[in-house]
Amino acid sequence: MVAFSLSEDKEKVVDELIARYPTKMAACIPVLHLCQEERGWVSPDIVEFVAERLDMSTSQVEGVVTFYTMYHREEVAPNVVWVCRTLSCDLRGAKSIQDHLEKRLRCHVGETSADGKVTLLKAECLAACGNAPMIQLNDEFHEHLTTESLDRILDGLGVAPMPAELRTSPPEPVPAPEPPAETAATDEGPSTDEGTSTDEGEEE
Amino acid sequence: MADYEKILSNRFDVDEAYTLPVAERQGAYRIARRAVTAMQPDQLKAEVKAANIRGRGGAGFPAGVKWGFLPPDRETTYLVINADEGEPGTFKDRQIMEKDPHRLIEGCIITMYAIGANVTYIYVRCELVKSIQRLEAAVEEARAKGYLGKRPFGKDHPLEIHIHPGAGAYICGEETALLNSLEGKRGEPRLKPPFPAVVGAFGEPTIVNNVETIAAVPDIVEMGGEKWSNISLLPESFRDGGTRLYGVSGHVKTPGIYEAPVGITLRELVYDLGGGMLHDDRPLKGVIPGGSSTPVVHPDHTVNAPNEDDPMHPWHGKSHLDVPMGVDTMRNIGTMLGTCCAIVMDSSVNMAEAARNLMKFYKHESCGQCTPCREGSGWLVDVLDQIATGSASRAEVDMLVDISNNMMGNTICALADGTAMPMLGFIRKYPDDFYQALETGMGENTRLDAAVRALVDRRAA
Repeated sequence: MVAFSLSEDKEKVVDELIARYPTKMAACIPVLHLCQEERGWVSPDIVEFVAERLDMSTSQVEGVVTFYTMYHREEVAPNVVWVCRTLSCDLRGAKSIQDHLEKRLRCHVGETSADGKVTLLKAECLAACGNAPMIQLNDEFHEHLTTESLDRILDGLGVAPMPAELRTSPPEPVPAPEPPAETAATDEGPSTDEGTSTDEGEEE
Repeated sequence: MADYEKILSNRFDVDEAYTLPVAERQGAYRIARRAVTAMQPDQLKAEVKAANIRGRGGAGFPAGVKWGFLPPDRETTYLVINADEGEPGTFKDRQIMEKDPHRLIEGCIITMYAIGANVTYIYVRCELVKSIQRLEAAVEEARAKGYLGKRPFGKDHPLEIHIHPGAGAYICGEETALLNSLEGKRGEPRLKPPFPAVVGAFGEPTIVNNVETIAAVPDIVEMGGEKWSNISLLPESFRDGGTRLYGVSGHVKTPGIYEAPVGITLRELVYDLGGGMLHDDRPLKGVIPGGSSTPVVHPDHTVNAPNEDDPMHPWHGKSHLDVPMGVDTMRNIGTMLGTCCAIVMDSSVNMAEAARNLMKFYKHESCGQCTPCREGSGWLVDVLDQIATGSASRAEVDMLVDISNNMMGNTICALADGTAMPMLGFIRKYPDDFYQALETGMGENTRLDAAVRALVDRRAA
């Protein structure tokens, strides 16, 4: 591997970042993000690069990289899916979303899919509780998920359909999505609040 | 449904209010201009103090009082905005940043002027990509208009705002951990004192406030602190003023973020704003009132305050759901107001399982500095995992209580308390759920690994 370096333009961005703070070291987190965007993960030579650029020791940079969850310490697929399994999402069927992802991608959380297209990771609460269940695909949130809408997202990534033998146990139903996020988040909902949700009472 | 005036969220429904021209047509920056050009910092501080605004990040400390902790003789002061929203169940700050970033920036301008700061760092969770983009664009627009820079609104008081992304760590919502993270270090909380108002970012006096707190500052200045404070439905003696964003998620028909005065009840939040229970045949079992660190509220539990001098006496004998939500009222019923974003659970939920879900979260998020928190949160998960197998004994439930009690108050920051308090709340209020799990296990979560692993094992492919 060629030792890590940034283009001239990106170097200028680093200079701008450094100028925002009274200490060079404070730019560590944003500069690491910048480097990870370039390579896809934080390789050992990125740690050395950042340490030298910001007058830090490599152990300091390594300490930062290992503390935070958003730095990948090994190569990831071109697409990263974070599935939220914290309580609010779990109450609205996040488990069946994770099941569906694992079966269709043929990998567990923490692994990369068999076709190498997607790395599947578990997220802690992503502040989208009102629109649960949800995943983050790369930089984007996908909310109010059902297994059908999830399939459409995976289709878009070119992931192969779920093998027939895995379809034998159908995933549990996911509650119907609420009105679109933008309007559900304000006071407009109640006019429809007496409406029915499709899975009302079906489990009891 | 009660129709509450939208003050903080009055631009949420306006198309493209995240752009400066639209926001400005709706009144943005009018107050900042007046504050910076025609008002004195002391006046502004007095208004915020009179507003009785309790910090919206969860701890509920009066913001005006916090500002007063800055030492009088200081050279550099920083304002840091805590936008590391990540408390499970909480999703209100994201709405402000995505829909109306200029309100936050206007609040920063007024606050910086009031406390004598020249620089604000807005520390945003890096996962909230859209929030970061909207904020960065909004700062650019404000700078281009001359509302930030060397002479904002023509006043000789340079103002600058920088957006600082986090990198994925719940603990960085703790203000001293956030400051360490801002300085490029691991996000480990600092011992207090000294408090950030004395020794904060880069060793300088620093005010750290939540997004919603600062976003409310323009309204406070516009209306006057006292009038804004009086929006609250709580008696004045509680000193808990204003309007705020409530969130509701989980088993309700219309989850979302709703603005209402301080002091509505949990019942109103669940059955009115939240549209009522998702399934009509599944009644409410419990509600976590303000983010996962606040102990669960049992709808059948009532207020016990027979003494007339007790501030809670007006609600004596009423359900906890009918107590107006305020920082002190919720504390008085043994829980916390937190972020005011409720997680609603119906009768299908086993509370031991809900507890296990949250304890896994805390185990993952403990920074590891303090032994009681690092080990304790892990032990709680281990014991709950054992209970989940259906082969544990009552001694294990006692052990959960024991571990929790040894975590509380024995650590640098409040994360251990925020783990132990909800754990104890679940056990005290729903002991039968735990005893039932001893017999039956927690099926929901145990079957996944072995079964799915066998199905998806790549070697079989």
